[in-house]
Amino acid sequence: MSKDVKIKRGANINLKGAAEKLHTNTIVATEVVLKPTDFPTLVPKLSVKVGDKVKAGSPLFYNKEIEEVLFTSPVSGEVIDVVRGDKRKILEVKVKADAEIQYESFKQADASTLSREEVKENMLKSGVWPFIRQRPYDIIANPKDTPKSIHITAIDTAPLAPDYGFIAHGKSAEFQAGLDALVKLTDGKVHLNINGNANADEVFTGAKNVQINKIAGPHPAGNVGIQIHHLEPINKGEIVWTLKALDVLTIGKLFKEGKFDATRSIAFAGSLVKKPSYVRTVLGAKIDAIVKGNVEEGGRYISGNPLTGTKIAEDGYLSFYDYQLTVIPEGGNNQFMGWLAPGFDKFSLSGTFFSKLMPNKKYDLNTNMNGEERSLVVTGEYEKVFPMDIYPVQLLKSILVDDIDNMEKLGIYEVAPEDFALCEYACTSKTPAQQYVREGLNKLKKEMS
Amino acid sequence: MKALDNFMQKIKPKADGKFPLAYTVWDGMYTLFFVPGHTNKNGVHIRDGIDLKRTMVMVIFALIPSLLFGIYNVGHQHFLALGEVTNANHVCDMFMDKFIFGALKVLPIVIVSYGVGLGVEFIFAAFNKHSIQEGFLVSGMLIPLILPVDVPLWMVGVATIFAVVIGKEVFGGTGMNIVNVALTARAFLFFAYPTKMSGDEVWVNTSLEEGQQLVDGFSGATPLAQAVKGGTEALNTMNASVMEAAIGFIPGSIGETSAIAIGLGALLLLITGIASWRIMLSTFVGGYVMALLFNLWGANPFMELTPIHQLVIGGFAFGAVFMATDPVTGSQTNTGKYIYGFLIGIFAIMIRVFNPAYPEGVMLAILFMNIMAPLIDHYVIAANIKRRLKRVSVKA
Repeated sequence: MSKDVKIKRGANINLKGAAEKLHTNTIVATEVVLKPTDFPTLVPKLSVKVGDKVKAGSPLFYNKEIEEVLFTSPVSGEVIDVVRGDKRKILEVKVKADAEIQYESFKQADASTLSREEVKENMLKSGVWPFIRQRPYDIIANPKDTPKSIHITAIDTAPLAPDYGFIAHGKSAEFQAGLDALVKLTDGKVHLNINGNANADEVFTGAKNVQINKIAGPHPAGNVGIQIHHLEPINKGEIVWTLKALDVLTIGKLFKEGKFDATRSIAFAGSLVKKPSYVRTVLGAKIDAIVKGNVEEGGRYISGNPLTGTKIAEDGYLSFYDYQLTVIPEGGNNQFMGWLAPGFDKFSLSGTFFSKLMPNKKYDLNTNMNGEERSLVVTGEYEKVFPMDIYPVQLLKSILVDDIDNMEKLGIYEVAPEDFALCEYACTSKTPAQQYVREGLNKLKKEMS
Repeated sequence: MKALDNFMQKIKPKADGKFPLAYTVWDGMYTLFFVPGHTNKNGVHIRDGIDLKRTMVMVIFALIPSLLFGIYNVGHQHFLALGEVTNANHVCDMFMDKFIFGALKVLPIVIVSYGVGLGVEFIFAAFNKHSIQEGFLVSGMLIPLILPVDVPLWMVGVATIFAVVIGKEVFGGTGMNIVNVALTARAFLFFAYPTKMSGDEVWVNTSLEEGQQLVDGFSGATPLAQAVKGGTEALNTMNASVMEAAIGFIPGSIGETSAIAIGLGALLLLITGIASWRIMLSTFVGGYVMALLFNLWGANPFMELTPIHQLVIGGFAFGAVFMATDPVTGSQTNTGKYIYGFLIGIFAIMIRVFNPAYPEGVMLAILFMNIMAPLIDHYVIAANIKRRLKRVSVKA
């Protein structure tokens, strides 16, 4: 049984510099970092100290609240630094990579022959568990729970996003092995939500033991939260696990080959990239080798897409969940009478710019806010890009005033910060909506535990 | 532009200096010239080009046809009253005379409204240590357009202060007010100084110079006042048939008379998406339905007016396009917007027909619905919550 879902509200932001579908480069990362800050609400405890030798798959730190959840090194080598911030908060654990990668060995078996507990144990020990996230709260799944269902998104509709089908192409065996493992984890169904806008790759269409749903429509159709809302909405008390289709490949490799192989292809995109394309690298890789000589000056480096990604330095590191490295022009220049300019070069979801007349134009947007933060005045603009049966502005306001009761009623359990990214983009008053939603989720989690 | 930027940076007062007002004023001016190059830090890295200044400026653009027409009409009505032109003449006769006369009467009201209003805003912004929010840019233009031309300037000032302080700032400023600021100013004048806001005296400027005199039989009454007395017939004799009223050479508040000029503004607001088409449409539908019902009932000549005629006279069109669509004081949910607009239309015509003291209802209808808008939203959202709770019980 499969379902077709058509998302109507939303918007695609056409940016210059989409990655061409070919692999140009294989980068052997010299340094790799795992950032506990990639995981909201995580309290990390270190398992290693500076100078320790690790293999790919050896734990670097673990979750203090649920100690079984390990975060393991993507490469073998030596722990060279632990970067700390205020109050000694751990920000980065740095590993210098060996030339030849040594792998820790884990159980190698067909997951369909294993019990649920064995599958869980293998995933937890090897460090692939954190790929699974849960709704509510949009945090790493708790291995003690049994979810109502598992949703895997095989499309990414964000600006300049990688084509999952291109990356996964020809890896059906790994993908199926990963799915077989995930099927073990729930009593309900595993949903694979594939691209309904174009033909999905056969890796996805040929998947077995899962319910395949076709999702069509503009961004944020690729957000797993939107998909769940339209397929089987989450109610209070229910738990749904989510992950990206590309992460299933890593899980599949674990069961097929018995190792944590964190190599991955990423989209290297953005208007400042000289030749936007796909690059083979590894989770948490230092980006200097990727960008060197390949980008123009004056860019902002973003791990992830321009809506939800993290700002990183020119020699920064990729984040745990990201399959995309974006470089767009940094703003910062004052614009004379900017509010009056005709605006052929600015993309707006409102009709106040002449660029509206050119629907297929590709834009080169920089990081300017194009205004200052104001009180919420304009109504209706969030709703236009928020394809859920939820009132986004009212939910946001209930978060701002700490009204837990109303947050629940208005549907906070169904949303993640990424679902508000387009709202934040469109907001005339420049409200940091994603940050507010994250704070609201954290508050609620604290209240409920 | 670099030179201006450098100059502005040079004279920049300290934010926490002796004169916080100086900084606020500087900040207001600077951000008017330059959209500051703040960049996104967390969250989204790219942002929509629109900001509140642009939004507000679009509304001001939309008001320009009504303002220009209003200016011309003030002059036109004046010279009609003097008998220097008659309705038989072409409306463009004495074009410059009319325009200049109108400008001399209208622009001072605009200047007082902006000067006083922005002054109050600057003081509050400095006092609260936040930057100037752009809300008054629109209110400052709306206030002159909904007043009669003969209103004394000091009244404009007092009303503006009242509206900005009591109507907006006490609630927390732009984005927080409950009732429309410009309508608050008008309502204040209407109840505090009724003789200057209603009757037959105030709508046409009849200041006379040596040797001038009013034409015989000049009344100065607005079409609405005439319609109450004599219905369609009275309107036709005073040159306010449907077509003439739509074009707008009739006595009335400065900006409200021409439905066509207002229509141009409405077009801009709808194309740019600044104003809610849901509110605009449902207001007109509500007004039409109510006028139609009265028309069928037909208990007096005023009721017998055709619905279209009701919509083009008085301030109905102006209120529906520029006042009802105020996003802050209107309903915020899409479903709520239909209800909100529809009821404004209903009440506007109902008050107009039944109010014995003053034949205009748009202002009171919108103010009343401003108060009711949160209630409408409350029930729309409650329905959403209920619907979403139902999903559980359906499954269980």
